Amino acid sequence: MSASATQTSSKAQTAGKRRGTDVLLLQIIGYIVITVLAVFCFVPFLLVVSSSFSEEQSIIENGFQLIPTTFSTEAYSVLFKYPEQMLRAYGVTIAVTAIGTVAGLFLTAMTAYVLQRKDFKWRNQFSFFFFFTTLFSGGLVPWYLMIIKYLHLKDTLLVLILPMLLNVFYIIVMKSFMSSIPEAITESAKIDGAGDFRIFMQLILPLAKPALATIGLFIALGYWNDWYNALLFISNENLMPLQYYLYKMLGNMEGMRKAMMQSGAVVNVSLPTESLKMAMTLVATGPILLAYPFIQRYFVQGLTIGSVKG
Amino acid sequence: MNRNGLLGEIRKNRALLLMLAPAVLFFLVFAYVPMAGIVLAFKQYNHTGGVFGSPWNGLDNFRFFFESGNAWLVTRNTALYNIAFIIVNNVLQITVAILLFEVAGKWFRKIAQSVMFLPYFISWVVVGAIAYNLFNYDVGTINSILTTFGMEPIDIYNTPSYWPVILVIVSAWKTLGYGTVMYLAAITSIDTEMYEAAEIDGANIFQRIFKVTIPNLYPTIIILVLLAIGNIFRGDFGMFYNMVGNNGLLFSNTDVIDTFVFRSLTTSNEIGLSAAVGFYQSILGFATIMLANYAVRRYDKDRALF
Repeated sequence: MSASATQTSSKAQTAGKRRGTDVLLLQIIGYIVITVLAVFCFVPFLLVVSSSFSEEQSIIENGFQLIPTTFSTEAYSVLFKYPEQMLRAYGVTIAVTAIGTVAGLFLTAMTAYVLQRKDFKWRNQFSFFFFFTTLFSGGLVPWYLMIIKYLHLKDTLLVLILPMLLNVFYIIVMKSFMSSIPEAITESAKIDGAGDFRIFMQLILPLAKPALATIGLFIALGYWNDWYNALLFISNENLMPLQYYLYKMLGNMEGMRKAMMQSGAVVNVSLPTESLKMAMTLVATGPILLAYPFIQRYFVQGLTIGSVKG
Repeated sequence: MNRNGLLGEIRKNRALLLMLAPAVLFFLVFAYVPMAGIVLAFKQYNHTGGVFGSPWNGLDNFRFFFESGNAWLVTRNTALYNIAFIIVNNVLQITVAILLFEVAGKWFRKIAQSVMFLPYFISWVVVGAIAYNLFNYDVGTINSILTTFGMEPIDIYNTPSYWPVILVIVSAWKTLGYGTVMYLAAITSIDTEMYEAAEIDGANIFQRIFKVTIPNLYPTIIILVLLAIGNIFRGDFGMFYNMVGNNGLLFSNTDVIDTFVFRSLTTSNEIGLSAAVGFYQSILGFATIMLANYAVRRYDKDRALF
């Protein structure tokens, strides 16, 4: 090790970034590794896009191509020619996401507020009551039967909302955020005679906006991407959320064809099956991809809050 | 505490208790009451009897599960996949976080981070569609590339041995951005004076990374890994189900406890068996998370879950 040599040079250059060969080497490694991984993360999305714009005949002959040799919007024109099913699925997902996010966020915040109130006598007991459910559960079957046999929620819009309404992890993150709001606010409001619920609604909620935005987006993403509850509980085609609709269509093109022809127009065309699958995938992911640049930083924030105190 | 005292406390806190009521009700209905349904694991379920009226059959459901050989298979798969995910994902995320921190260009860093975070945001159904695009025998992109170069196409959906590698890559792909954000936050919070001190002592940048950055990450790594180990018997249902589905040919290498329970419930309708397996998983999960928490607690009391 040429310790003495580097020592003198670093002393000479003091605080600024040293431009030694080691730094240069790391920069090169860094740029290469990260570029490769970023491309690796991104290529699958490009594949879907390019496949959805390929001619069906070329896909059948040559398979999906990363760099398409043909260009066609046939898949999209078929998709938008009979849009009823897709639009209905969109409607279900939007409704479920909107209702679920508002209700879930409100309940998460209210629960978290109470749990972090230092003057609330049973806050530790209740915290444990919630937390224990992450350690132990009855498993899938009792939960499933509860929803089907006792709550009778099969094939309802509610079954897509209720089971995901609250999440212990979000309550914990919200709680740790709210405990950073000065206690004096609650205390002085109490002296002024405000009730706990009013304090929460009028003082705490406005102050918790950053956490509400972050947790709200996590909840919304969960609802938007949910297909699991539909897989278990939805058989009525009119209640299929978007992701589950996509799941069904990917597995069953014949069903897709029938569904598309249901509108009465007897069209016996052969569907561009393969490109259509990819077009549907893109249409189902579209809103997330469009919103992504704007919402990303809230997720980064949320993860950072969460990792500070898990 | 006497009754009056308790009633007095309840009255004093009634607003707060009311505010907690919806959440308490939620977890009672969706978590605590279903726990009573564990009795199904010891029953021969029938529809007329329901949860509580069906006849008991002792440990038959468990016996069937263990004697069929499925118990060992799905438990092994679940644990091995999770171990592979933990190792590969964390090594990758730490490496990328360190490199992102060191690489100069601000814009490059931002764009790379955004792109790597993207897979986290899409549903497993979409991942399944992408997998289809890549792996399908007739039209899949991988086979398109292979045939372009004059090679034989490969039948991925009928070859179990490819799947451990595929699933590890998919998991790494989906979680890379997410994990990198967490580790990057930990790196950013390292005191810069330590770097300066290392530099004055003549450390080159690699020595600085291995002697300063990584040791400072140990607490975060240990906590995240221990917590992941606590969940080692929970398979990621969304991933396995959308990647493999009901393709029985692959089950020897891809079936995890969660997919097994799901199939027993929905396709073969064996309520008792799937309840038993679910219970078995809950017990295993509870034991491992308690052990993991004990380990975290010994390491750093403040970071323990409870």
